[in-house]
Amino acid sequence: MTSATETSAETRTTETRTERLAGLVQRRGSIVVLALVVLVSSVSFDSFATLDNARNIAIQSSFLAVVALGMTFVIISGGIDLSVGSVYALGGVLAAYGIQWGSLVGLALPLVVCGAIGLLNGVLVAYGRLAPFIVTLATLLGARGLLLAITDEGATTRLMPREDWLTHLGQGTFLGLGLPVWITLGLFAVGVVVLGRTRFGHATLAIGGSREAATLMGLPVARDTMLLYLGSGLLAGLAGTLAAAYSASGVTIVGEGLELDAIAAVVIGGTLLTGGVGTVGGTLAGVLLLRVIQNVINQVGTLSTHYQSVVSGAFLAVVVAVQAYLSRAHLRGRRR
Amino acid sequence: MTADPRAEPRTGRLTAWLRDNGVYAAVAVLVGYNLLFSANFATWGNLGTQVVQVAPVLIVALGMALVIGTEGVDLSVGSVMAVAAAILPLYLGYGFVPAVGLALVAGALCGALNGTLVAVVGIQPIVATLALLVGGRGLALVFADGQLTDIRNDDLLALGSGELLGIPTIGWIAAVLAVAVWLVVRYTTFGRQLVAVGGNRSASALAGLPVRRVLLTTYVISGVLAAVAGILATARLTASDPSAIGTLYELSAITAVVVGGTPLSGGRVRILGTVAGAVLMQLITATLIKHNLPDSTAQIVQAAIILVAVHLQRGSR
Amino acid sequence: MEPVLAATAVSKRFPGVVALSEVDLTLHGGEVHALVGENGAGKSTLIKVLTGVYTPDTGELTYLGETTGFGRPADAQNAGISTVYQEVNLVGQQSVASNLFLGREPRTRWGLLDFRAMNRRAADLLAGYGIRVDVTRPLRTLGMGVQQMVALARAADTRARVVILDEPTSSLEPREVDTLFTVVERLRADGVAVLYVSHRLDELYRICDQVTVLRDGRVVHSGPLAGLPRLGLVAMMLGRDLEEVRRDGATKFEGEHTAERAEPVLTATGLTVKHRLDGVDLAVRPGEIVGLGGLLGAGRSETAMAIAGALPLDSGEVTVEGTRLRTGSVAAAMRAGVVLLPEDRKADGILPDLSVRENIVLAALPRLSAAGLVSRRRQDSIVDTFVRRLRIKAASPDQRVGELSGGNQQKVLLARLLCLEPRLLLLDEPTRGIDVGAKAEVQALVDELARDGLGVVLISSEFDEVVEGSDTIVVLRDGAVTARLTGEDVTEAALLAALAEEGPA
Repeated sequence: MTSATETSAETRTTETRTERLAGLVQRRGSIVVLALVVLVSSVSFDSFATLDNARNIAIQSSFLAVVALGMTFVIISGGIDLSVGSVYALGGVLAAYGIQWGSLVGLALPLVVCGAIGLLNGVLVAYGRLAPFIVTLATLLGARGLLLAITDEGATTRLMPREDWLTHLGQGTFLGLGLPVWITLGLFAVGVVVLGRTRFGHATLAIGGSREAATLMGLPVARDTMLLYLGSGLLAGLAGTLAAAYSASGVTIVGEGLELDAIAAVVIGGTLLTGGVGTVGGTLAGVLLLRVIQNVINQVGTLSTHYQSVVSGAFLAVVVAVQAYLSRAHLRGRRR
Repeated sequence: MTADPRAEPRTGRLTAWLRDNGVYAAVAVLVGYNLLFSANFATWGNLGTQVVQVAPVLIVALGMALVIGTEGVDLSVGSVMAVAAAILPLYLGYGFVPAVGLALVAGALCGALNGTLVAVVGIQPIVATLALLVGGRGLALVFADGQLTDIRNDDLLALGSGELLGIPTIGWIAAVLAVAVWLVVRYTTFGRQLVAVGGNRSASALAGLPVRRVLLTTYVISGVLAAVAGILATARLTASDPSAIGTLYELSAITAVVVGGTPLSGGRVRILGTVAGAVLMQLITATLIKHNLPDSTAQIVQAAIILVAVHLQRGSR
Repeated sequence: MEPVLAATAVSKRFPGVVALSEVDLTLHGGEVHALVGENGAGKSTLIKVLTGVYTPDTGELTYLGETTGFGRPADAQNAGISTVYQEVNLVGQQSVASNLFLGREPRTRWGLLDFRAMNRRAADLLAGYGIRVDVTRPLRTLGMGVQQMVALARAADTRARVVILDEPTSSLEPREVDTLFTVVERLRADGVAVLYVSHRLDELYRICDQVTVLRDGRVVHSGPLAGLPRLGLVAMMLGRDLEEVRRDGATKFEGEHTAERAEPVLTATGLTVKHRLDGVDLAVRPGEIVGLGGLLGAGRSETAMAIAGALPLDSGEVTVEGTRLRTGSVAAAMRAGVVLLPEDRKADGILPDLSVRENIVLAALPRLSAAGLVSRRRQDSIVDTFVRRLRIKAASPDQRVGELSGGNQQKVLLARLLCLEPRLLLLDEPTRGIDVGAKAEVQALVDELARDGLGVVLISSEFDEVVEGSDTIVVLRDGAVTARLTGEDVTEAALLAALAEEGPA
């Protein structure tokens, strides 16, 4: 080999500053904004930076976070799961329904049923080659139907016995933080490892980056895709179970629109809806950001609480517009 | 390098027939069944009820059909309905026309925002419209201060409860809009360009079509139609309820469009099919309720029908 | 020596097309084997058969002495057959190291990915090929050359016995090509069998030992490359018998047009698009047919697209009848009377679900409408005129275009352009994939249009079509004009010679 060939490789590798900045905004933007919002709120409102309020935000974030974790993986693979809101609600109701036969059933029933719905999504998307959007839209309806069927059309709200250990899983605390928060943190730690440090996670990124390339590289694309939707269903069911345990009842009306919050959190967290790029940590920041904004708007008092969704929506629009702009700047940079 | 000639997927004749006419057959079967077995089905009263229930979904679905025809989707329709509903009581003091006009303008602006994000900024329709789905309802609640407001304007109330030739006014409006949208798709430059852009964007661009303008206009139309549905639903309810109105309408509308045989892959818009799709979903719910089968069953049946519909369409291209 | 991979009498047919017919191909270890052929010759299909994407209808594959049939691409890969595709088939957002090791990443004792080992091995692997890059960078931030090298390194590192390179240099700079060749030479030295697909004759003669020429799904020649004259190779690829060249052709073109020595209707100067066009100049007079000559990938389609506004230019300008055209806008070009018949009829041309009528009037809709309403009467009269003039065979103007034959689809597209009353017609492969009768009709039509004073730019991989149809031939190679043939020089022999000419070192 000649020195000429080496320089040819070298000269083409200078990344432009814009490109690096784009990548940084993509990966870390949500965390920076979260830190800013927290900082400003702490200074502005006395009641914000208190331990109680922090606990409050943490527990409120935890259920959405667990749902968003599964959604992160699905979106990174280039798919979407609209059914999670219904599945989440179904999970909670099933926990309260199953606990009459014991705590173990109360935990297992939602996981089995919600896992089965996730598996159905996965099989239809991965092997049936149907559009994820429409498949999960159908299971959204189906799961809601199932929920209504076991609650006498939403009329019955089953309670969970206070002293049961499954209920304790939702209500108990450890080192001052609610158990669901610890469970969420644990799941996210696992999520970080799975996405970043396992072949499965690597394959997920590759499938989202280019399904065709992943197939040609011999990756098990269909199997992994199926597993992703299975995981999303399981996590949504688990989140519903925890939420039910926290409130000690299987509330039938929760979870409507939760899939939207989850998608919003994932996208705000820097995961591209086109797939192939995303982080688990970013999603956690996205979830916290949504919940902190909600909390802050409550703190302001004079502001209508409805500003929360206005802000979330505007945030989402700005984030995706910036993402589109950055990725186009990137392409232009490459063409030149 | 040439693309290798690939075997065109051949769908069976039955599949093809079901894809194109299944929705009409299903409507016919359900109507026949109800005529025979359901008490009080063929009465004016029942017809009125069914028409009023299906009309807002149908109107939203008309716009959705256009958007899906461009290979897009508009998730924000339910929230746009809420925005329109929230604006009405604010301006009814100035009279019926200004209030309705402003509500429609608000719908158009929402559509323009979606359209800009999709056509100009280049964001996938599903996310672009998700932003407004999340933000729009909040905005509506902010306008209304989270309150349910009673409507006292006589013109608006007449719109909601009026009848013409025994059919509710709302039903007539939906019918007129359906015909209008059908005419637009079939006989206007815009309609034909819309179908072309959805069918093959690359070929359309190479044929010099104004692709961006077509996309933008499509989303504006969807926004306006959602606003119309919001106004009518409010009039019917005799109250502006921005927290509840239009929730999950995006799902019902998409369902009606897909079940009606408009492919999600774009390039074809079936307005008559969409009408039948909306009617079919309404009939299923009504039939099950008439037989004391609960809502839950209706939803599960609807889910199954969506999956069958997309499965039938999968082979078509 | 026993061959590593051999295909014997392999045939593959698709509905209506025989893609491969009794094809034999034998790859030996330590040899670089060239696979050449024009569009539609069956190269892609053959590669797909070798890599397990397609199962052959008849014939058999022998790999390492055993009859085999790879069910899936993954099986072929696991067995040691690696492919590097023309378009880099890697994941751009992931790091260089990830792309090298996806699916076979080194793992720690705990079953987790061992990034340190992965990055080190990736860096070592690439350094072995003379490439020193930060392997943790996303792949897409690197140049195409490096990306292509990563794809090749991945292919070579999977203990491959066979490496298939499908047009690996189509987007590389000359220096990057050199780097690539060092890798290919190393593979050869390591005893790997390399199948090298390319249209660049210079490269073939530089790197390949054997050559197999495919045409219309059949092997027309197979043997050592060294002794084969360039002219002979090109003639075989294009299906021209050197003796036959002097005889009259069989096309419907009647040759010379009365190209008035008028001012050109179109002047294009210095058309440049990075990696694709390099300062192309072109002038077309009214009534003149200018053919673009060149092998696949020479920049013919790109030239046409750039003129039609469908390919944004880095520099250069296009002037129509003295007025400078806004480049990069199809609508602007159309208004100026410049229209393009795209190469890929299915992807960029027809709207298969729409009717013949709608496909014809698509571009002309605004002109046929009043107040946004389409005038059915004016539509019908135009559609009627062109259906008759072009003899489009459709049951009715309402028939779906997808149901028509290829030739009639092509006529519909021509009608779409002609109803805009253009002044310059850019035709990219107007007769590809259509039957003989329709072909003759299209050729006669183009002739007639030129006689009526239209300027025409004609691209065709059919040799006789370019030579007999054109008044002038502009020969392209690697995106630049290398020769212009006019008058007496517009002969097959001259064009063959221009194509086979050795490139600048």
